[in-house]
Amino acid sequence: MLLKVDVTKRFPGFVSQVRFATNTIRSGLFGPSGSGKSTLMHMIAGLLKPDTGRITLHDRVLFDSDQSVNFAPEDRRIGLVFQHAHLFPHMNVEKNLHYGYRRTKSGRNDLNPQQICHNLQLDELLKRNVTSLSGGERQRVALGRTLLSNPSLVLMDEPLSGLDDQLRYQIIPYLQRVTSEYSIPLLYISHNVDEMRMMAEDVFMMGDNGSIIAQIEPDELARGSKETQQRGYLNMIHLTEPSVSGMLVTYQWGASELILVNRGQPSSGLFGLSSRDILVFKAFPEAGSPRNILSFTVGEIRQTEWMVQVELLINSHRLIAEIVPQSLDELGLVSGMTVYGAIKASAFRKLY
Amino acid sequence: MITLSPQDFSAIVLSLKVATSATLLALPFGFGVAYLLAIKKIRGKVFIEGIVNLPLVLPPVVIGYLLMLLLGKSGFIGSFLDKIGITLMFSLKGAVIASTVVGFPLLVRSIRTGLEAIDLNYLSVARTLGAGWFDTVWSIMIPLSARAILAGMTLMFARSLGEFGATIILAGNIPGITQTIPLAIFQYTSMPGGDSMALGLCVVSIILSYLVLMTGELVSRYLARG
Repeated sequence: MLLKVDVTKRFPGFVSQVRFATNTIRSGLFGPSGSGKSTLMHMIAGLLKPDTGRITLHDRVLFDSDQSVNFAPEDRRIGLVFQHAHLFPHMNVEKNLHYGYRRTKSGRNDLNPQQICHNLQLDELLKRNVTSLSGGERQRVALGRTLLSNPSLVLMDEPLSGLDDQLRYQIIPYLQRVTSEYSIPLLYISHNVDEMRMMAEDVFMMGDNGSIIAQIEPDELARGSKETQQRGYLNMIHLTEPSVSGMLVTYQWGASELILVNRGQPSSGLFGLSSRDILVFKAFPEAGSPRNILSFTVGEIRQTEWMVQVELLINSHRLIAEIVPQSLDELGLVSGMTVYGAIKASAFRKLY
Repeated sequence: MITLSPQDFSAIVLSLKVATSATLLALPFGFGVAYLLAIKKIRGKVFIEGIVNLPLVLPPVVIGYLLMLLLGKSGFIGSFLDKIGITLMFSLKGAVIASTVVGFPLLVRSIRTGLEAIDLNYLSVARTLGAGWFDTVWSIMIPLSARAILAGMTLMFARSLGEFGATIILAGNIPGITQTIPLAIFQYTSMPGGDSMALGLCVVSIILSYLVLMTGELVSRYLARG
């Protein structure tokens, strides 16, 4: 088992009692503010001692109250990336990056600083003072610094919550690339559904009582269970090979094509599409303004509190459309049925 | 024209020796106490703080007298030191101890302010990047509080240059051995015709104190520029 946590920590008026185990390289910890996510992260990193319990990483015991085992943070090699980058202000970018690298035991660090700097596009920043960096640059340096310390696990505590949407979506590809390229296990902590969906392969949900209440897939998180009380884009799709034609751009979506509004400098990437921006027709709509009309097979139909989520399958892809229950009844939708989905060219939003 | 006698030069050298020794002696302890008060979560902080700051409000003569009771040959610590051949009373060491005790709170208060201003997350990040406790103190805490440490050292040095009450009780006023600038001025003002000699040392004292403060300020500005 990659990471196994079973700990209890008591505070005045709050008890954090967390139990979970994960074998996934990119796990997520999702929960509302005050649910104890950061407390848990500090306990895993060795910065806060649990009252009782046991933490193991790659079957190595990091903490065990019964056996009086409690490794110091520097001996756990668990990297931390916070919401604020916390770059050391008395060191330039290069010295920050090398802080952990210099402190790894010789021969243990097989990471190449030049390569990491290149991947994170930090080459031009090395001699800069950290106070002159933008928010996104600071987070990239913080990530590089953590990776270069050769961690056996990286904990990211809402690393992008201080950034605006544009910067956030700029940094996510870096996070994805380096964690997958170097096979570094990641525990991503956030209360943002979209981030969780892009960063985690499985998600542990924390309740208000400081314990794990469910383990779900990131897509399920986005579909808005009662526990999450918020939703992101239900549809995140990778579009490639943009071809410009005046004010419109045609992208490849697997074997299909989608037409989007040309917002300048079109490029391949991840796009968000709201489930409420997909109109479902039983027959091909003859005349209409939407630029995209695709034929789908109806998959699962799920009733939520107010709306009905209809899974629309095309080739090996899937979209979720949300309609009101009356529409479901009038259309008579059932699984396996062929329907048409209409999507406006302006309904897509480029995430990164 | 101000002229200085060999005794005056001796007092100036002794003052600088005492101030330098007291500042360097107090620095590690001062940093330790400031660390306890600023960073560590310990019980009885108010109690420790009260004891550390007591020399600030007590008359220096009282401090000198209490030190004499403690460090004198029949004192609790003095009797032990006497057995191993160390005498603090009426010696340069005594003058250093007196200055250390009197200036200690100034050093601690200044360093504490600097440490309290450090975001503790820097220390947490350093630890997770592989730095042990001492490494973190050396590579993060000291550089980030360098200006406060320097300010504390400057204040303590300047205070030690002017220390009189505790020193005269503990170390006496022996020319060439324990007589620092303030003690020499005191001697000159109580002897006939000593006014001009006292004035000469007053001018030296002003220049030295000003130089210390200016040096501290300049180094602090240099550190602020990084």
